[in-house]
Amino acid sequence: MSARRVDLLGSGLLLFLLWLIAYPLVLVLVEGFRGADGWTFDFVRQFLGRRNEAQALWGSLWISLATVVLAGAIGVPLAFLFSRYDFPGRRIVGGLVALPAVLPPLVGVLAFLFLYGESGFVSLLIQRIFRLDAPPWRLQGAGAILLVHAYSMYVYFYLFTRAGLAGLDASVFEAAASLGAGRWRTLRRVVLPLLLPALAGGALLTFMTALGSFSAPYIFGGGFRVMTTQIVATRLNGDDQLAMIETVSLTVIALVALWLLRGAATFESSAGGRKGVAPALMPVKRPIVRGIVGMLGWGLALLLLLPHLTLLLVSFVPAGTWTTEPLPPAYTWRNYLTLVEDPVRARPLLNSLWLATAATIAAVSIAVAAGVLSVRRRAKFGRTIEALLALPWAVPGTVFAIALATAFSVHAPLAGRFILVGTLWLLPVAYLVRNLPITSRAVLAGFRALDPSLDEAAATLGAGRWRTLRRVTLPLLRPAIVAGASLAFVTAFGDFVTSIMLYTYDTRPISLEILSSLRQSDVGVAAAYGVVLMAISAAVFALGADRGGTG
Amino acid sequence: MTFLRLESLTKRFGDTTAVDRLSLSLQRGEMLALLGPSGSGKTTTLRLLAGFESPDAGRVLVEDEDVTMVEPVARRFGMVFQHYALFPHLDVGENVAFGLESLRIRGPELHHRVARALALVDLAGFERRRIGQLSGGQQQRIALARALAPEPRVLLLDEPLSNLDPSLRERTRGEIRELIQRVGITTVLVTHEQDEAFDLGDRVAVLRGGFLEQVGSPEDLYASPANPFVAEFVGRSSRIEVTVLGPGERGVRVSVEGVEWELTDGAAPQGMFPAEGPALMVVRPEALRLTAPAPGAVAGTVAERQFTGAASLFTVATEAGARLEVTAPPRSVRPGDRVGIMPSRRSGGGIHLFPPSVA
Repeated sequence: MSARRVDLLGSGLLLFLLWLIAYPLVLVLVEGFRGADGWTFDFVRQFLGRRNEAQALWGSLWISLATVVLAGAIGVPLAFLFSRYDFPGRRIVGGLVALPAVLPPLVGVLAFLFLYGESGFVSLLIQRIFRLDAPPWRLQGAGAILLVHAYSMYVYFYLFTRAGLAGLDASVFEAAASLGAGRWRTLRRVVLPLLLPALAGGALLTFMTALGSFSAPYIFGGGFRVMTTQIVATRLNGDDQLAMIETVSLTVIALVALWLLRGAATFESSAGGRKGVAPALMPVKRPIVRGIVGMLGWGLALLLLLPHLTLLLVSFVPAGTWTTEPLPPAYTWRNYLTLVEDPVRARPLLNSLWLATAATIAAVSIAVAAGVLSVRRRAKFGRTIEALLALPWAVPGTVFAIALATAFSVHAPLAGRFILVGTLWLLPVAYLVRNLPITSRAVLAGFRALDPSLDEAAATLGAGRWRTLRRVTLPLLRPAIVAGASLAFVTAFGDFVTSIMLYTYDTRPISLEILSSLRQSDVGVAAAYGVVLMAISAAVFALGADRGGTG
Repeated sequence: MTFLRLESLTKRFGDTTAVDRLSLSLQRGEMLALLGPSGSGKTTTLRLLAGFESPDAGRVLVEDEDVTMVEPVARRFGMVFQHYALFPHLDVGENVAFGLESLRIRGPELHHRVARALALVDLAGFERRRIGQLSGGQQQRIALARALAPEPRVLLLDEPLSNLDPSLRERTRGEIRELIQRVGITTVLVTHEQDEAFDLGDRVAVLRGGFLEQVGSPEDLYASPANPFVAEFVGRSSRIEVTVLGPGERGVRVSVEGVEWELTDGAAPQGMFPAEGPALMVVRPEALRLTAPAPGAVAGTVAERQFTGAASLFTVATEAGARLEVTAPPRSVRPGDRVGIMPSRRSGGGIHLFPPSVA
């Protein structure tokens, strides 16, 4: 492939990505400033004038910051515990600790509702034990949101810190010790500075996820406002342009956060490729301490598994039979059978499967094309292409939903706009855009890790471009592709944020069916959907981890 | 007759000229070593030969056929990469078959050719092994077998021994030399190790800054280097500034720190002595000997001793501040001793005089 053709194809890909990713965002920006007769700041004034807009913006910001603090406070010590100390059950519990990751956001919220909601499992138990007249708490407002956030997002800190600790060279600890540094000084002066990129990476990911979080505020928010739910509410009211301004404000916060923590983006390169021996585990020797640590570990595991178990339990409960008893009086397969037998209820499952599959295949194809052009062939616009692919990560899902709904609600082929709203295709396109950062991150990293002389070796052995791609590049990229694809699939499969804004009756995904089952008090079926979602997500994750590791 | 010819090949990267008007020719079956420090352009030359880079000027010819613009895929030059670049997801047999399949060789013929290539590198029966199970030396031989299997016109070797344990290098060197002679393939090899270049190359081309400094047999390079760079890069030597006094009975008379030495014809690069006046003398350690301080000997103090086995290498600091390396029996002197330095009696060569301008 000549350099000119590479640049030509690169430009083509760039244009496509500009159209798919940047153009809708620009349109949102433009629409927010355009009234019936020309440019206007009316909507900005409206936005600034309303008290609840400021409340929502402030709510989003402080909830996200508080989530970072809470998640860090839980995740970092846990990571230290599991990577530095050896005690009974370390391996199993250490694995279970990552479990909240396989719980799609809406399913997690659902499980928390069953556990700690007004008639939740734990709430009832406490009410009974202490003989209270009313439930001990109400699962609503900022506290409830933070609880769910802390539970589902400490995993980021946990995984990042563990990866960072695993990347440390044992000789660093030994060097510090031989220089007379005690445990605390080593931690403060050596370990924490080395972990800083990992911690910043965890913080950034947590902040972005919390900022874009929709399920928890939507279900538990009550009167508490955050921007993501505010946008949806405003749009339901028909104030489209105000929604645009809200969208822009949320995007600005996200971009500022990204800019402040931009160093964290280099995390992978600083922690990934380091050589050396991983630090040895410190055995916990005193039997009493061992016992305590072990019990705490298992207690923690139970606490973390409780949502999953509750979901499983509720999914076997016949409709309307479980009211005040601590354990359900009857069990049934009915809820699951409903999913299979009733074509109307089976449809969301099939929808989610094909939507997520299509979005994943498209994301992988684009990522591979970007890898070939940008990493391998050093096409002219490689850096811009990579930046565009990463962009949707910095933009909350609600924002993209609005942007795509705006861009593709008009038929103007010359302006690159088509009517996709109300068709089958808007949702997969939205999933695709949201998946591109995850997928391309994994695939591009895979491309970078490939020894370029393998390609050259294939060339000297007479293999053309396609044969090299098919026989050498793609097989070697398989772990990266499988990892990226499985993450993308799971995200799309459990998506709620974008779906609630863009679905049609024919594309309604599982998450929306869970919501409507819940609204109809069909708790068992909602839980059964949740279990299916969780099981398929976990299976795909496991596949990704397995193939990703050995291939 | 010339089989492979490089005609004033030039390659620039931005402002730097990596390869500068390089011309070389190889006979059929000849093995040429490109030797030079890092940044000398030897790797770029090899990549130009393989077709991974295209030159800004110049041509590459194989048997008078211009292949300069032929894609690597169609060039039929085999290459062994520095880190071997074996395909880790394919087994040994599939790796070796890879190039044969490009030639549309299939079925029993493919099997036969793979087996033959493996037998050639003494790894018969290794077809189903995984790459990860092989030792470094075995991987290197598989890389050779893979490159040779499609019967390329030219074989390119990029630092073929740099990835091996030092203890393994010498043996592997012998195996490679023997194998390539047996196959009779025209070979270009890149290395920064002088031992490797001298042992493997029928001829050695010394490169610096993209320029060809000298090309010749190892013996020629050692015995009559064209300039101080070659003299110092090839073999151990030290340099000292001297004054040429004029012709003597058997050669030329020079003043080394005030002491007069007479040098034989062998000291003259290309048979020409520099004119009277300042000159640069490059001396091999074995061309000098240590004596007690005496008239006719350059006086100095032993600064360092490096043990190398049968003989030791002494570094002597002269009074004028030059540092000369001299080979002598291990226990003859100790650091701190005052000594004299004279040309060794048996050495005709090993001392080279250059005009002062060529650095």
